[in-house]
Amino acid sequence: MPAIEVEIPTALRPQVGDQESVTVEGATVGELLGKINDQYPDFGGKLFKAKDELNRFVNIYVNDEDIRFLDNLNTAVKEGDDVAIVPAIAGG
Amino acid sequence: MTSYTKSLRCKECGEEYPLEPRTVCDHDFGPVEVTYDYAAMQGKVTRASIEAGPRSLWRYRDLLPIAAEPQAGFNSGWTPLIKADRLAKKLGVRELYIKDDSASYPSYSYKDRVVSVALTKAIEFGFNTVGCASTGNLAHSVAAHAATAGLEAFVLVPHDIEDGKIVGARVFGPNLIKIQGNYDDVNRLCSQIADKYGWAIVNVNLRPYYTEGAKTHGYEIAEQLGWQLPRHTVVPVAGGTILPKVWKAYQEFITLGLVDDNKPAMYGAQAAGCNPITKAIEDGEELFRPQKPDTIAKSIAIGNPADGYYVMKVIRESGGWSASATDPQIIDAMKLLARTEGIFTEPAGGTTLACAITLIEAGRIPRDEPICVCITGNGLKCVEALDNQFDEAPVIPAKIKDFAAVVESIQNKTPQPVTA
Repeated sequence: MPAIEVEIPTALRPQVGDQESVTVEGATVGELLGKINDQYPDFGGKLFKAKDELNRFVNIYVNDEDIRFLDNLNTAVKEGDDVAIVPAIAGG
Repeated sequence: MTSYTKSLRCKECGEEYPLEPRTVCDHDFGPVEVTYDYAAMQGKVTRASIEAGPRSLWRYRDLLPIAAEPQAGFNSGWTPLIKADRLAKKLGVRELYIKDDSASYPSYSYKDRVVSVALTKAIEFGFNTVGCASTGNLAHSVAAHAATAGLEAFVLVPHDIEDGKIVGARVFGPNLIKIQGNYDDVNRLCSQIADKYGWAIVNVNLRPYYTEGAKTHGYEIAEQLGWQLPRHTVVPVAGGTILPKVWKAYQEFITLGLVDDNKPAMYGAQAAGCNPITKAIEDGEELFRPQKPDTIAKSIAIGNPADGYYVMKVIRESGGWSASATDPQIIDAMKLLARTEGIFTEPAGGTTLACAITLIEAGRIPRDEPICVCITGNGLKCVEALDNQFDEAPVIPAKIKDFAAVVESIQNKTPQPVTA
C-alpha cells in the first residue's frame, strides 16, 4: 500500500493537529480520506455532505487534476502522487 | 458614516463570523456573504440619498461592506446604460438596453467595481500586498487600483491570455506571473498563496467583500432606467460572481422600496467551449460538471465556476434560462454590437449578446418586454479575437484619383452584411 502525502488547506488544519499535510496509505482518494478520518475523527465532518458524497465546495486534486474529471473518490493513487484538498470558493 | 454591515454569514449553514478576511466557512467550506441591517436602512437609504452621492459606484456605499471612507475606485462605476434602439430593431425586440462596462474607469471592465471594494477593504484590514487570480481583466484592474493606492501587487494569470491584458496590467508595475495552466489552475494556486503568504488575494480571502462590488452593476441599471428593473437581464457567467450579485442588487432595491418588484428574470451567457452552467440548466441537473475551457472568450473561460451553484439557483428561482454561443456567433455578435451601437466589446460581451439573441429567437425572452444585456469588458484589450476578420485595408498614394478608384470599388461591392 503506497504512503501518500495529502495537502491540507488552512480551513482544515485545526482538525488534523495544525499540520499542512498528512501522510497516509491507500489505493484510492476515498481510502486516503478514510484513513485520515480514522486518525482525526473531526476531519471528515467538513468534507462530506453524506457518506461517499463530498461537500459541494470541496475540490480534491490528484497531480493537479480535479478528481471530478477522474474517478471521483474512486480515483486510484500511487506512490509519489500529489493529492491536495482545496476549497472551491475562490476566483471569479 | 453609518455602516449597515452586520456580519459574514455562511450561505450553506448560516454560521456567522465577524467582518474579517475570510475565504470560506470553517464548518463546511461554504461561501460566506456580507449581511446588512436592511431595517435600519429603511427611510435612510433612499432614491434621494443615492442621487445625492458621487457619480461613481460609491453613491451606493451604504449598500457596500466598507467600515469607513472609500479608499479606491473614486471614479469607477456609473458607466453608461444605453437604450439600444438600432440593435433592438435589428433583433426585432421592443425595448433593449446595454449596460456598458466596456467604458469602466480605469481598466475598461466591470472588475473595477469589485476591485474598488476589495482594495478599500485591504487597506481597512491593514494589508500591504494585494493579489488576484485572473483571466486578464481582474489583473488589469488590480494592478491599476493598487498603483493608485500605493500597494504591492501580485497578479497571476494563465500563460496564454491576450497581450493587451498583459501589457494593460504590467504598465502599472505589478508583479505579474504567468501560470502554466488554465484559470482554474491559477485559482487553485492563489488559494494556496492566500493560505501561505497572508496577502490580500482579492478573489480569495477578500472575496466576500470583492463580490459585493458587483452589485453596483445592478444598482446602476435600476437607477439609470429611472428607478425600475428590466424584466429580463442577460449576464455573462464565468466564475459566477456577477449574475447572483446583480440579482441581489435588484432584490435589495425591492426590499428598500426603491423599485417595484416586476419579477426580474436572470439569464446566463456562456461560450459553447466553456458552458458548465448552461449545460446543467439545459439538462436539468442539480450540480454542474466542471469543464476544460476551449473558447475565444478567454476572459470567461472558467471551467469550474466558484459561484456556479448560486448562478443556477438564481436563474431557476427567477424564471430565467441560460444559453451558449460558438466562437463564430461570438465574433458576429461583437461586430453587430459595434455596427449598431458603436460599442467595441471583448469576446465575453459578444458571448452575452449572442446568447441574448439565441434566447430571444428561442422564445425564452419575449420580444415585447424590457431586456438589458450586460457588457462587462472592452474589445481593445484583445484585438487578437478579430484576427483575419477583415480584408486588408487599401493602401494608396495620397492622390485624389487613387481615392476615387477605391470609392468606386467599394460602391461596386455588396453592402456589409451587418447593418441595421
